Amino acid sequence: MKRLVLTALLAASVATTALVPPAAFADSKEQYVPLPTYRVGPYASSGTLWWAGTLDYFRYINEVEGGVNGVKLKVEEFETEWSPDRTVEVYERVKNGKDGAPVAFFFTHGTPASYALIEKGAADKIPLIDPAGGRTESTDGTVFPYAFPLLFNYFSQASVGINYIAQKEGGFDKLKGKKIVTVYHDSAYGRETQAAVELLAKKYGFENFQIPVADPGNEQSPQWRQVREIKPDWVFLRTWGVSTPVAIKTAQRFGIPADRIIGDVWAGSEADVIPAGTAAKGYQALAPYPGGAGFEIHDRLRKTILDTGKSDLRDTKFFGAVYYNIGLINAVLAVEALRAGQAKFGNKPLNGEEGRWGFEHLTIDDARLKEIGFYGLLQPIKLTPADHEGGGAARIQQWDGDKWVLVTDWIQADRDTLRPLVEAKAAAYAKEHNITPRSPTAEN
Amino acid sequence: MNLFLETLIGGLLAGTMYSLVAIGFVLIYKASGVFNFAQGSMLLFAALTFVTLLEKGLPFAAALAVTIAILILGAILIERTVLRPLANRSPMTLFMATLGLSYVIEGAAQGLMGAQVHALDLGIEDVPIFIGDVLISQFDLVAAATAVTLALVLALLFNNTRIGISLRAVADDTRAALSIGINLNRIWQIVWAVAGIVGLVAGMLWGARQGIQFSLSLVVLKALPVLIIGGFTSIGGAIAGGLIVGAAENLAETYVGPYIGGGITPWFPYFLAIAFLYIRPAGLFGERALERV
Repeated sequence: MKRLVLTALLAASVATTALVPPAAFADSKEQYVPLPTYRVGPYASSGTLWWAGTLDYFRYINEVEGGVNGVKLKVEEFETEWSPDRTVEVYERVKNGKDGAPVAFFFTHGTPASYALIEKGAADKIPLIDPAGGRTESTDGTVFPYAFPLLFNYFSQASVGINYIAQKEGGFDKLKGKKIVTVYHDSAYGRETQAAVELLAKKYGFENFQIPVADPGNEQSPQWRQVREIKPDWVFLRTWGVSTPVAIKTAQRFGIPADRIIGDVWAGSEADVIPAGTAAKGYQALAPYPGGAGFEIHDRLRKTILDTGKSDLRDTKFFGAVYYNIGLINAVLAVEALRAGQAKFGNKPLNGEEGRWGFEHLTIDDARLKEIGFYGLLQPIKLTPADHEGGGAARIQQWDGDKWVLVTDWIQADRDTLRPLVEAKAAAYAKEHNITPRSPTAEN
Repeated sequence: MNLFLETLIGGLLAGTMYSLVAIGFVLIYKASGVFNFAQGSMLLFAALTFVTLLEKGLPFAAALAVTIAILILGAILIERTVLRPLANRSPMTLFMATLGLSYVIEGAAQGLMGAQVHALDLGIEDVPIFIGDVLISQFDLVAAATAVTLALVLALLFNNTRIGISLRAVADDTRAALSIGINLNRIWQIVWAVAGIVGLVAGMLWGARQGIQFSLSLVVLKALPVLIIGGFTSIGGAIAGGLIVGAAENLAETYVGPYIGGGITPWFPYFLAIAFLYIRPAGLFGERALERV
């Protein structure tokens, strides 16, 4: 009998805990920030710097600024080795918060994980944040209220690449008849720009060639032999990981000059060019996350985090590396979105719905960029419930053999041309999943 | 015709790079009948140790010598702590042990030396040489010469030295070898050390091409079809298998790829390997297993 009573009490306690909605836990003064990370495995070289940037900025916010309007960030890492199934597992573990601290957003840290979680995020009302990645059509927030391919979606990446080529050629009219080859990682990420490039090829009259490189891409002679046969005017390189330095070196072997190759966001870090040695000199890449440690935020972090021994960087020579700056920028976007949400809901930890409102009303103009120390490093950004990208620009950086040098100011994507394509794909998704798009003004 | 010739020659040369990786597997399989799942991790560890020592300021030769010494110590350690306690267990048990070992080595490599990408300049320029209109990579030529030299050195070692003959004896019949006084533990230590050194050579060449980073451990994926085609017990087979895989995947990507969407190099060698399994299950030069039933 005693055992029965104890069992019943235990069951009742578990059931009560499970039935209490997450919001009821939100008596904490902390904001829970779970981070799926990859410090080991094939992508550790980028991950270790990325999380260092993110953690250093969150530490700066907590220790120097006293939190986000007084709300401390409770950060917890989960190792995934960039595996989408592990990221989904992490999401399931953290979506209800921890010790009363709620989750306002979840960084997926990878396009495959963004794809895998998109329906769960919508059902659980947790915003999925994937700057410069994610599912491109989720830019349309009327269909995807909880997905944010923030800052620079894949269509914008294609568009900025083409706009820069036009700039180099002397105008869009000069693109007619030019041969532009896209060498891409044969994955969802690599194929994501194809529709946009096809549309831009029709608009500007250039010839569009698409050549896949299968993962991991450590032998690419057949692909670059094909590129050489095409005799391209420009190559748009959309590789990832080891396939980038191998591409640059193989291109050199087949006589394609590095300064005719433009890498995309995920093919434009130090880890992509250093192994390629002298072959990478002159190589250019899109930089929504420019490299360099000369921005105001770096001075602040140097004084308060690096020089005080609190940095997560194992080797401080990587301070200001592209991946470190990616970590910083993603962290500041999250912090500013929390501030936007707090402006409406009060200076308290936010839940997923409130976090979504914060992201959908995130505005960072030049004045704010100067105030927070990110001017020149981050583009001005303004999101709305209908537009979950909000930026769509990048600078171009060029490898001089030793470091990245910024060679342009911000170049804006042709978002007006690409928006109908985004909306068409979003509408197809809505039809397939029986989603009624919400009104873009309903949340203002 | 030029394109065909260039693709074929380029493929054959690239295939020797796969052979280099496959030879490491063959050595251990020959001596113990164990498929060493940790070969990729050993390759990564060896190359990462070498480049780290170079970056610490050691001259090339000294870095090479210290790395080899570390690999020998590692082989002794592996034999003492992993292989010796599992002696006389089934090959599957030993295979699972090497699976665990691969995670330990990978973790140790990244934990001790960091996860960052390192450039390695061996002084071999990756520039083209033209023979007529046919483009050949200078780097691939050096890699091919290295693979052939390594195969010859290993053949000499196996055929003309006491250690080599002992090793072959162990491979042929472990119990008979033990009965005539061959020290099995010492043989395993030597084989694992030599496999580590072969891994170092492969790691240096692959690392010079793609940078020294974690993904180096994945180049072993290219070695598996090479082993199936060439046979698990023959160094010559590893060379032949590498040539076949390199040529076939390059020709297939160039001539078949465009019609089926491209990007077929990762799976085409496996497709070829399955075809070989139907025709010659032991591979081109592998030993056929005969069992009394």
